[in-house]
Amino acid sequence: MIRFTDVEKRYDNGVDALRGISMSIEDGEFVFLVGHSGSGKSTIIKTLTGEVLPTAGRVMVNGFSLNKISERQIPLMRRTIGVIFQDFRLIETKNVYENLSFAMRAVGASPKAIKQRIPYVLDLVGLAGRSRRFPHELSGGEQQRVAIARALVNNPTTIVADEPTGNLDPARSYEIMQLLERINRLGTTVLVVTHELDLVKRFHKRIIVLERGRIVSDGKERPIRPVHRWE
Amino acid sequence: MSKGHNFSYFIHEGVSNMFTHGFMSFAAVGVTVACLLIMGTFTLVAYNINEQLHRLEQDNQILAFVDDSLNDLEARALIDDIEGIPNVRSVEFISREQALDAYISQYEESERDIFDGMEASVLRHRFAVHVTEISLLGETAASIDAVDGIARVKAYEDVASGFVAMRNVASVVCIALIAILFLISIFIISNTIRLTTFDRRDEIAIMKMVGATNGFIRWPFVYEGFLLGLLGSLIGFLLQWALYEFVARGVSASDTMQLIQMVPFSQIWHYVAAIFGLSGIVIGVFGSLTAIRKFLRV
Repeated sequence: MIRFTDVEKRYDNGVDALRGISMSIEDGEFVFLVGHSGSGKSTIIKTLTGEVLPTAGRVMVNGFSLNKISERQIPLMRRTIGVIFQDFRLIETKNVYENLSFAMRAVGASPKAIKQRIPYVLDLVGLAGRSRRFPHELSGGEQQRVAIARALVNNPTTIVADEPTGNLDPARSYEIMQLLERINRLGTTVLVVTHELDLVKRFHKRIIVLERGRIVSDGKERPIRPVHRWE
Repeated sequence: MSKGHNFSYFIHEGVSNMFTHGFMSFAAVGVTVACLLIMGTFTLVAYNINEQLHRLEQDNQILAFVDDSLNDLEARALIDDIEGIPNVRSVEFISREQALDAYISQYEESERDIFDGMEASVLRHRFAVHVTEISLLGETAASIDAVDGIARVKAYEDVASGFVAMRNVASVVCIALIAILFLISIFIISNTIRLTTFDRRDEIAIMKMVGATNGFIRWPFVYEGFLLGLLGSLIGFLLQWALYEFVARGVSASDTMQLIQMVPFSQIWHYVAAIFGLSGIVIGVFGSLTAIRKFLRV
């Protein structure tokens, strides 16, 4: 479960990125977080992953209080979250299998566990048979599937996707969202940060709208703001 | 989490990263070799200068003249008293006759007739004494002078103190220069390794993102630094050996450098190997640790 209570974040340069954010995402939920550039979406992700600490307020992520978290606990907290980025962030010198095994090895998984887990996850994201391909041999959609597989491979309770379809065409974007929806149905909490409202509207999910560091809308209804204001 | 498969993973990653990032590894090894060669050459030159000075010091002797009242046997018996004095390395008895012969032999054959009929009794029996530590020459000479039966002692203290001063200055200058070179080497190598690490900041970021601990991220880099340092020191040692032998042969073959005696490499190779190995490993591991520190702060 993710819970933000009156969270504020002011950066050293004086920018107020978050101004009193309060929200709660329950286990197993699928939530879209939308807003234009500078609305505070990235700061929310960085706060969730422990990259930045809030200036005020309380943040709870999967049982960890990020206000009191020690340096030793941060890696343990991060193991509960799988992060997906717009630019995939795959290691170009490693093939698909190695990219996934690298992520498993990084948390100390045994070779046996790696051999068992990777084929299952690759099958789940529709990349069975692609394990020996290198990232540059895959399409953008396939690369994002590898990134999703990597986020899933350590069996996190939450997936956080930061603009996962930003580099993809509409058809591939829709497929990626469907894949995330399928993963959510298997019990994983999914938080998708995006500015693509047209895509978001095709899925009847909870939408949290951010503007200038504040939540201006939260619910399953269609957001009030027109699309062009955000892009 | 099993420690055993983690350890083999660290080793495997360290070795494979070295080959995967071949050019940067080559750069790091190259810089290590260059730094060790410069430092090693300088150290070996300093060591040889020191040894040369030490040899010249050893030639410096004390002459102890025996009292005229003692007969031959009594004079020769003083050798035990002198040998018992601390810092005395060797003692040689020189009889009046030997001293006269040596004195005359300094002159040209044609001039020696002026010494015809000269009695050896005009000279004294004497001892040529060599000391172990030249800086204690004055004290040793005084102790010899105090021996009953020794009339007078002649020691070239000025020359001795000159050697001591020269050796001290050379040692201080060498230590200072070697320390500076060592620091510069660490700086250059840690920056080279930092470049290799910068090349892999994405890998580190991914490891951090999936929840790897700093220790887990650090170990493969430590092994890699260790291996790069070891490889650099091995290549550096072999090149140093070749360079040393080349210079030693050049010196021994040269007419103008006959006085210089270089220490054979076979006598010092194990020290050079140990210093190179240790320096390479310290530089590699320390360089890796300092280079990676910045990327772990996420």
